[in-house]
Amino acid sequence: MIKWQLGTVVELRPETPRVASLYLDVPDWPGHRAGQHVDVRLTADDGYQTERSYSIASAPEDRRLALTVERLEDGEVSPYLVGELRVGDKLELRGPIGGFFVWQATDDQAERPLLLVAGGSGIVPLMSMLRHRAAASRKPPACLLDSSRTLEDVIYVQELARLAAAGDGLSVHHTLTREKPSGWTGYTRRIDAAMVEDVAWPKDAMPAVFVCGPTSFVEAAAQLLVAMDYDPRWIKTERFGATGG
Amino acid sequence: MGFVSRGFRGRRRDTASSSRVPPGQYTVTDFPVLSAGPTPRVNLDQWTFSIEGEIDEPKRWTWKEFLALPSETVTKDIHCVTKWSKLDTTWKGVSVDTLTEGVETAAEFSTVFSDGGYTTNLTLDDITGHKAWVAYEFDGQPLQPEHGGPARFLVPHLYFWKSAKWVRGIRLQKEEHPGFWESNGYHVRGDPWQEQRYWGD
Amino acid sequence: MVDMTLDGNAIAGLLREIFAMEMTNALGTCGSCGAVNEVGRVEVYVHAPGTVVRCPSCEHVLMRIVRGRGKYWIDLSGVRCLEFAEA
Repeated sequence: MIKWQLGTVVELRPETPRVASLYLDVPDWPGHRAGQHVDVRLTADDGYQTERSYSIASAPEDRRLALTVERLEDGEVSPYLVGELRVGDKLELRGPIGGFFVWQATDDQAERPLLLVAGGSGIVPLMSMLRHRAAASRKPPACLLDSSRTLEDVIYVQELARLAAAGDGLSVHHTLTREKPSGWTGYTRRIDAAMVEDVAWPKDAMPAVFVCGPTSFVEAAAQLLVAMDYDPRWIKTERFGATGG
Repeated sequence: MGFVSRGFRGRRRDTASSSRVPPGQYTVTDFPVLSAGPTPRVNLDQWTFSIEGEIDEPKRWTWKEFLALPSETVTKDIHCVTKWSKLDTTWKGVSVDTLTEGVETAAEFSTVFSDGGYTTNLTLDDITGHKAWVAYEFDGQPLQPEHGGPARFLVPHLYFWKSAKWVRGIRLQKEEHPGFWESNGYHVRGDPWQEQRYWGD
Repeated sequence: MVDMTLDGNAIAGLLREIFAMEMTNALGTCGSCGAVNEVGRVEVYVHAPGTVVRCPSCEHVLMRIVRGRGKYWIDLSGVRCLEFAEA
């Protein structure tokens, strides 16, 4: 059985105007694998409870557990996590959960190149994989294709730039779907076949692929990859859906 | 009392605000979308509404024929078993009384069925006597696919899972056959005023 | 169009409550079309009175899970077989 436990918020870090990372100290945290999530449960003083799942952003090697949460204005949980929650507050959670959408640098599959495709806050579990890769001794070539609405919506923009600058075989490509800032050298359109062919490996490289984002984004990206003759079994997806938050 | 999340109230509203709100419900002003499956793509040229089962001559209308039937506009409160209620919703559609006019049947029960395989069971008593409609307009506009368009069942005195989206017909039956949710934990009738949510309520 | 479809990852916690194990790597065989998929790949609908799990190949209902009144009601009749490793 998987028990609910209490973590303490030790740091809140704004990532974008609508997104923040919550750093938690969780006693007896059993450790996690990159890509896993936690269930968060909120309880009101009259006993009303509600639960949501959030991907873990931190690497297994990190000292503190980090969640990165996008505030959805009509949501019930995310405006509490990004807005109400303060350092020192306790948060009830259980985890780690999930075993399908997971990447480990020590796995056999880690010999293969790693292709990560993110839509919006779908970057979060993929960031855990990139942080894990950065900490690992064995690093397969990796590529992140990250789609955001505008430049200020890009989550982890500086850390991604640092990781890409390390020269250890990671390339990071951003695309903006609702803005074309002056001086911007990245893509400015929805992910399409030409973009995927630009950044991704040919099918012979047999990359391990992880796609995460809203449902429509994930389905479109997965279709593009299958159209490039990627074996559907190489492609692991995780959908956020359009509502809930 | 165990752990309480400091400062968390939740989306609930005052449950005692109105004698129109059944126990355990809160009111919403938006219209939440609930779905047990993909939204069907419906070709109106092939759409029909049927009454079948315990009936000598099954009835069937095409979309065009259905729109030509006498319609009613009703304003009703709706109550979802997931605890939201929405007051004063306005629908246009055809009363089940109109659809069953002149029908002779030994049936006391019915199964309402939909595109995508969804079913819900209702007694004939619960769908006749000006209590149920097949609605194709909401708030003066064609019913959107995510809310069950082109047409959904509307039986507002019972929990809203009985108001089947994407409805295609009514099967008249001598026995009660629990539907999609009623066969897996949800109450066979679902009266919100008696909080008939689950088996045993 | 509102897209309500999630995947099996979204109910990993719920399935852990029921099976007491991590289930997203389990292999499920669809009782209708016979397709075999990891639970992480199945279609999941949670914005409903209960949780509905469908086959990603044919949309047949694999599982229905209702939780209420301190009970679970679980219909697995749409899954022909679930294969998973011992804990």
